[in-house]
Amino acid sequence: MSKEKFDYFIKGEKGKYEVVIGLEVHAQVLSKSKLFSGSSTKFGADPNNQVSLIDSAFPGMLPVINEECIKQAVRTGLGLNAKINNHSVFDRKNYFYADLPQGYQISQYKNPIVGEGKVLLDMPYGSKEIGIERLHLEQDAGKSIHDMDPSNTYVDLNRSGIALMEIVSKPDLRSPDEVNAYIKKLRSIMKYLGTCDGNMQEGSLRADVNVSVRKEGDKNFGTRCEIKNVNSIKFMQMAIEYEAARQVELIESGKEIDQETRLFDTKKNETRSMRSKEDAHDYRYFPDPDLLPLKLEQKLIDGLKKSLPELPDKKKERFVKEYGLNAYEANVLVSEKEISEYYEEVAKLSDKKLAATWMMGDLFAMLNDKGLDISKSPISAKHFAELVQAIKSGEISGRIAKEVFEIMVESGDNPKKIIESKGMKQQSDPKELQKMINEILSKNKDKVDQYKAGKEKLFGFFVGQVMKLSGGKANPQLTNEILKKLLKG
Amino acid sequence: MTDITNQSLNEIIENVKTKKVSSTDLTKAYIKNIESAKKLNAFVTTTFEHALAKAKQFDNKPNFDQLLPGIPLAVKDLFCTENTKTTAGSNILNNFIPSYESTVTKNLWDSGSFLLGKLNCDEFAMGSSNETSHYGNVINPVGDKLVPGGSSGGSSSALAADLTPATIGTDTGGSIRQPASFTGTVGLKPTYGLCSRWGIVAFASSLDQAGPMTKTIKDCAIMLEAMSGFDEKDSTSINKKKDQYSKNLKDNIKGLKIGIPKEYRVDNMPKEVDELWEKGKKILKDLGAQLIDISLPHTKYALPTYYIVAPAEASSNLARYDGVRYGYRSTQGKDLIEMYEKTRSEGFGDEVKRRILIGTYVLSSGYYDAYYLKAQKVRQLIKKDFDDSFKKIDAILTPSTPSSAFKIGEKTNDPVSMYLNDIFTVPVNLAGLPALSMPAGVDKQSHPLGLQLIGKALDEQKILNIGYAFEKNCGFKNEIKKWWS
Repeated sequence: MSKEKFDYFIKGEKGKYEVVIGLEVHAQVLSKSKLFSGSSTKFGADPNNQVSLIDSAFPGMLPVINEECIKQAVRTGLGLNAKINNHSVFDRKNYFYADLPQGYQISQYKNPIVGEGKVLLDMPYGSKEIGIERLHLEQDAGKSIHDMDPSNTYVDLNRSGIALMEIVSKPDLRSPDEVNAYIKKLRSIMKYLGTCDGNMQEGSLRADVNVSVRKEGDKNFGTRCEIKNVNSIKFMQMAIEYEAARQVELIESGKEIDQETRLFDTKKNETRSMRSKEDAHDYRYFPDPDLLPLKLEQKLIDGLKKSLPELPDKKKERFVKEYGLNAYEANVLVSEKEISEYYEEVAKLSDKKLAATWMMGDLFAMLNDKGLDISKSPISAKHFAELVQAIKSGEISGRIAKEVFEIMVESGDNPKKIIESKGMKQQSDPKELQKMINEILSKNKDKVDQYKAGKEKLFGFFVGQVMKLSGGKANPQLTNEILKKLLKG
Repeated sequence: MTDITNQSLNEIIENVKTKKVSSTDLTKAYIKNIESAKKLNAFVTTTFEHALAKAKQFDNKPNFDQLLPGIPLAVKDLFCTENTKTTAGSNILNNFIPSYESTVTKNLWDSGSFLLGKLNCDEFAMGSSNETSHYGNVINPVGDKLVPGGSSGGSSSALAADLTPATIGTDTGGSIRQPASFTGTVGLKPTYGLCSRWGIVAFASSLDQAGPMTKTIKDCAIMLEAMSGFDEKDSTSINKKKDQYSKNLKDNIKGLKIGIPKEYRVDNMPKEVDELWEKGKKILKDLGAQLIDISLPHTKYALPTYYIVAPAEASSNLARYDGVRYGYRSTQGKDLIEMYEKTRSEGFGDEVKRRILIGTYVLSSGYYDAYYLKAQKVRQLIKKDFDDSFKKIDAILTPSTPSSAFKIGEKTNDPVSMYLNDIFTVPVNLAGLPALSMPAGVDKQSHPLGLQLIGKALDEQKILNIGYAFEKNCGFKNEIKKWWS
C-alpha cells in the first residue's frame, strides 16, 4: 500500500491549524461484582435491583475492595505496555449529586494503579504511538432519570459502584481518524484481555474529549476545552470537528478561548458550555480513610503478566510470519479478537492466504451488510474453510464460489453439499475439457486461423466459449493450458 | 434480694450462671431503673419488649457457656441496630431504622446478650459533654448540674446510674475515656482496627473505634473479648486471633516499666489532677512497677492536628445525609440544591455544621497542603513519639482529663475550651493506640477523676492487667446517690 501523508488541518483565513486531542476513556471493568461491594454488575436489570447497602451509602457501610477488579486493571495496564504501580491510593472525590449516594466518588487521584504506557496505531500514513498518561480505578455513579415524571427526578443506582477504569491519553491525537483508531485499538486490547466488553451502546466505554487547536508548526498547546461524556466514536468525531472549528473561529476573530467543560448536543451537532473554569468543582480529594493504600506484590503482577493472552500487536507479527499475510491483512484480521480467532480456525483447515482474501472480501462485506459481528456469522469457520479449500483445489471456480457463498449464507449448509446438490463442481477432467475444446475449435475454424495468423486477442474468445459451453464450470487454469496446447498444434 | 443492678457485670454473670437470678428478673430490674431515671435523659430509644422476649428465650433455654449469658445491654445510639431506630443523636436520622446490625453489637448478641435500649450521645459523636444531641443533653448521675462527658455521655450516665450492667461507646478523640472519667467508670479505647467499624455511624474513619464502658476492669476485659474480632467487611480491621482478655487477666505487674510523659503536665491544670497523677504513680510503684520519665515532644500539636483530620473526614463522611435515600428530608426545597441546603440546615445541629465547615475548608484546593497534608505529617510525628517511647517502656500513665465533670452549659459558647477537654485523649487516637481510663479518685467537690493507661498497639491485655492491679489497690468507690428516682 502506498503511504498517504497526514493531512488533517483546519483551514482558517489566517492559516492552517493543527488539532490536538487527548482522551479520558472510561471503560467499565468486566467483573461479576462491583468495585467495593458484592452487587451484580449485569446490564439491563430492573432499576435499583442491583444495589447493596454499600452502593446506596447507608450509615456505617464500608467499602471492601474487589480483588478481581484490581487484577483486571493490572491486566489492562500490562496490555497498554504500562508501568504497574506497586503502591496506589484510593481517594475520595467529593461532590453532591442525587445519583452519588456517598456524596463522594471513590477514585484514584495522586497515586493511580497504572502509570505511563503506550498504544500503537496503524494509520494510512504509517504507525503512530499514542502515549498513555495513566489508568486509574474509580466507582461509577448511578443514573438520574429526568423524563419519567414532569416534576420529579428518579434515580437508578444499579450502576452505582460499578468499577471503571479511566484511561487517560497524552495529548498525542491529531485527528478524528486517529481518535477512531485509538478507541478501536483500546477496545480491541481490552476485549483481547477480557477486561472490558467494549460495548459502547450499553455505556461500557465512554470518553471525555479534550480539544485544543494551534497554528501549524506552533510548539505550545492552545487552551483546551473538555467535552464531557461522549458515548460513541461517531459523536466524538463530530464533537471534535465542531469544537476545533469553533476554536479556530474564536482565534481568528481575535477572541480568547475559555478553558471550560462543554457538552456535545447530539441533536444539534454542537458543543455547549457546561461550566467555566471558575465554576469548576473543588472536589476536595483526600485519601479514603476507609481503605488502606493498595499494595501490589510484584509476584502477583508477574503472574498476571505471564497469563496474558496474545495481544493484537504480537498476533499481527505472528500472522505475517506464520501465515504469510501482508501487514495490512494482518492488521485487519487481528483488529478484533473474534475475527482473529475465526481466521485462525479457517487458516488451520485451508489455504492461509486465500482464506484471508476471502474473509476480508466477501465475508466482511456480508457481515457488514447484515450488521452482524463475526461471532454471529451465518457461516461457521469450518464451512468457510471448506469453501476456501474447494476454491484452492480447483473444485469450484472463484465465480462459482461466490454463488456457493450466497447459498451458504441463506441456508447455513456446508459448501460440499451445495456444490454437489447443485452440480456446481468445476470441470477439471482434462479429457472432458479437451473434448469440449476440440468441439469449439472445430466449430470456429476461421477464428482459429486468425489466431494462428497472429490475432492473439482471440484467446479470450475461446475461453469464453468454453465457459459458456460448460456452464461456467470449466476449470479456468486447465482450460487455458489445454487451449494453448491445442491452438499451437 | 439485694439490688442486683449495682453489682459489676462479672458478679451479675456469676449470679445468672449460678441461677441466683434469671435473665428475666435481671432485665426487669434494669427496666425499673430506666423508667425511674428519665431525668437523666440517657436513653433515646428503649427496647423493653425485645429485651424481655430475649430474656424469656434465654431462661427457657439457657446457655451458660457464653461470655454474656442472658445479659441485657444498652448501647450508644451510634451503633446501627437491626429494626431499631438509630439516630446518632441527630435530627437528620430521626426516622432511620437500619435493616442491619453493626458487627460489634452482633458480636455482643452472639455472646448471649441482648438490646435493652439505645443511649443518647453527642450528635454524630461530635462533642465532649453530650450537649450537642438533638435529643437533649444528658445529666451526670454524679450531680444534677453536671455533664456526663461526651460523646458517649448517655453510655457513661446509664452505666454509672445502674441502667445497664455494662455498655459500649465509640472513641474518636476521647469519647469513651472522658465520659468514663467524668462518671467514675472504666472506659477503653482499643487499638485502631481491633473492633470492626462496620455498621457504626461514621464520624472520622481513621480515628473511630468502638470500645467497652464498664464498672470494673474485669468487666472491661469481658466486654472487649465479646465485641472485638476481625471483620472482613471492614478493610481496616486487624486480622488476628481473638484474645481471651478476661481469662488472662493478671494483677502482677512487677517489673513493668511505666512511662510518665512530661508534656502531659499542662498549664492551669488543677492541683487535684496533678495530685491524682502522683497517687497513681505511687500505687504502681508500690506494686513493683518502675516509673520512667519520657518525652512525647509533639504532644502540643495533637489537638490542632486532631481538629483538622477529624473534621476533614467528617465533612466527607456526613455528605451521605442528603435527604435523598433515608433520614430527614426537608419538604421546602424547590430544586435539588435547595432540598440539600434545607435538609442539611434543618437536619444538622450547630456543632456538626461547624465541623463540616472546618473540614470542608481544610480540604479545599489551596488550603489542603497547609492544613490537611501538614496535619497528616504531624500525625506521623505524634505516632513516632509513641513508637520511640514504647521501645523502653510497657505503658504510659497520664491523667484522663484536665478536670472533672464541668457544669451543663459552662462551655457551650466556647468551642475551643470544650475542645481543650480532649487534650490528653486525642494523641492516642491519632496514633491508633489502646488506652484505658480508670477511676482513681475524686476532686474537692467529690467529682470523680480518672487516670489513663496507654499501651502499645494490640497490648490491651497489658494495660488491662495494670488497671486490674491498680483497681485493687486504689480503693476508689463510686458514691452515687440515686437522687433522680
